[in-house]
Amino acid sequence: MGIEEHLGYNVLTTTLEKLVDWGRKSSLWPATFGLACCAIEMICTAANRWDIARFGMEAFRASPRQADVIIIAGTVCKKMMPPIERIYEQMTEPKWVIAMGACACSGGIFDSYAVVQGIDNYLPVDVYVPGCPPRPEGLLYGILKLHEKILQDPFLTKRYKEGLALRQEAV
Amino acid sequence: MKRTETMLLNLGPSHPSTHGVLRVLLELDGELILRADPDIGYLHRGIEKMCEYRTYHRCMPLMNRLDYLAGEVNLFGFCLAMEKLLGIEVPKRAQYIRVMLAELTRIASHLFWLGTHGHDLGAMTPLFYAFREREKIMDLCEMVSGARMFPLYFRIGGLAADLPEAFIPAAWEFVKSFPEKHQDYHSLLTKNEIWIERTKDVGVMTADEALDWGWSGPMARGSGINWDLRRDNPYSSYEEFDFVVPLGKNGDTYDRYLVRMEEMLQANRIVRQALEKLADTPPGDIKAKDSRVSLPPKDAVYNDIAGLINHFKLIQEGITPPVGEVYQCIEAPKGEMGFYIVSDGSPQPFRLKIRGPSFINLSAMDKLARGRLLADSIALIGTMDIVLADVDR
Amino acid sequence: MSQAAELLQEKFPEEVVEVTEFRGETTIVVKPGRIVDICKALRDDNRTSYRYLSMIAGLDYLPQSPRFGVAYNLYSHKNKNRVTLKTLLTDDASPAIDSVVPVWSTANWHEREAYDMMGIRFRGHPDLRRILMPNDWVGHPQRKDYPLRGK
Repeated sequence: MGIEEHLGYNVLTTTLEKLVDWGRKSSLWPATFGLACCAIEMICTAANRWDIARFGMEAFRASPRQADVIIIAGTVCKKMMPPIERIYEQMTEPKWVIAMGACACSGGIFDSYAVVQGIDNYLPVDVYVPGCPPRPEGLLYGILKLHEKILQDPFLTKRYKEGLALRQEAV
Repeated sequence: MKRTETMLLNLGPSHPSTHGVLRVLLELDGELILRADPDIGYLHRGIEKMCEYRTYHRCMPLMNRLDYLAGEVNLFGFCLAMEKLLGIEVPKRAQYIRVMLAELTRIASHLFWLGTHGHDLGAMTPLFYAFREREKIMDLCEMVSGARMFPLYFRIGGLAADLPEAFIPAAWEFVKSFPEKHQDYHSLLTKNEIWIERTKDVGVMTADEALDWGWSGPMARGSGINWDLRRDNPYSSYEEFDFVVPLGKNGDTYDRYLVRMEEMLQANRIVRQALEKLADTPPGDIKAKDSRVSLPPKDAVYNDIAGLINHFKLIQEGITPPVGEVYQCIEAPKGEMGFYIVSDGSPQPFRLKIRGPSFINLSAMDKLARGRLLADSIALIGTMDIVLADVDR
Repeated sequence: MSQAAELLQEKFPEEVVEVTEFRGETTIVVKPGRIVDICKALRDDNRTSYRYLSMIAGLDYLPQSPRFGVAYNLYSHKNKNRVTLKTLLTDDASPAIDSVVPVWSTANWHEREAYDMMGIRFRGHPDLRRILMPNDWVGHPQRKDYPLRGK
């Protein structure tokens, strides 16, 4: 159809939004943020059996400046909350948050004095992956849902507008 | 004019090599560590206090999540402590299955340690080799209960259910193939010059110092203390099993590495013996038929008032042990894991204190790290094999 | 009677309050005044040789008085046996006891945890500060009057 017919079937055309979003979702670099038991399943997801490198995510960056997504894997304790906030703030846009495991989603089975009852009280979560711990397949499903979410919002314009509105509201 | 100052460096709590959320405050003079102060509590979930509000059965999922690399072993200790408090004898078949799962979990924990310790010190290949075997053990755990890391298969008085049919052939396959794979790990690291350079004479602790600092498990055995709770104070029929307790000589990181490697092989040996012994036990006899912990058979519940009341009380209240206190410890992969249960006769524990081996092993960090270089601090954290949920509870 | 109980009856007869045997384990309740001497004797005597401290647990018996207690569990590698030493603290409002860090270095972190969780002060401890809770936390979480979900 159109120009592709004339050039032969070895040229692809697309829109710029689709290309950028495809690039963004295909190499989401996670920040190393395993807190507790879910971190073990996250490491298993990155290991040989459920190779997360298939999705371009094997490069776990220790520096939040180089990371795109933060997978909060494990129980978030009140003592740990300030470091988490600092790391999230230091991540550069665009950034996403996956809450992995029951503890990150809602406090899990730990309803006590020292545990934050869900990381969504402090950070904007994009994908919740329930389980205690979720199987590596579960985490991969959550990651694929995040990919869909990225593709649905070209250039992430809707997300930026929402974020801007929230910041203006806070001010 | 020269002015020198020491530098305070924060290692963690978010760090790729601290095995979790551990913060070590290091006072450095260049690369030399003058003082190392571990700051823990970033994973303190209040498990001990939560248990005081739950019946003994409902405490069990919390117990699994203590040392999350060896989930079932913690529950093993808790169930043994409760059985001691109640004075219950567990059937032989259940004891052998418990030993088998505990040793399989020990191998899984040591494999994870091997992979991450190597990864921290720059050797990335052992991680993938170790995880290959660990996944097989996770599959075995999944076969008995459906969950990979936290099977929650043990019960007070025995087990939840008998082993599925597919378990025994799969376990035999693992046991027969493991020694050869173990040889692979040795070939990667044991005679590797870089590995020896980074681990020999790092973190030396003599036997007396190790006793004084409360070290147990592979940490103590690496320093030459000939102590293994499975052999010296046997529990759950460990006295019927034949295994060697490996010891180190110098008490450095390299010796502790060798001790843990040999422990994996010995654990494999115990699993093999358990599989052989299982064949002689009657299938289905996996829980003590004591009315304080086991539900009565259905025809007693429907036809006999005593059976009905027993059933009702067990479901409604849970287990009510006598007034008293016990301390039961087991040989967990990290060391001596102890449960101090104080019971006041009610269905909830009055006080449940958990003696986490990683907590005590970590307390000697300052002593080990002084005078060493910054890069050695990573080797020390790796050799102590800490799991933060065990440290912080 | 176990070796430990015999030794304590011999050397510190007025400090021993009660000796109980339950499920094969000995628990000796002593008065808190001379705890360091008692622990040193248990460690150094050749018959008992309790050179290893397994754990120190803080206990809260609210609403009973005395309210606070401390339990020590000792292990002897020589005789392969254990003993639990328990003591009840006299002051309910600000419980305190001497630190056994001079006897076993491992008591350092155990006592810090008992202080953090129960509020029991250990006199003579080299570095008594919070260990599990943040430094500015108010209250001692494992006390019976502290709510589970926090304040």
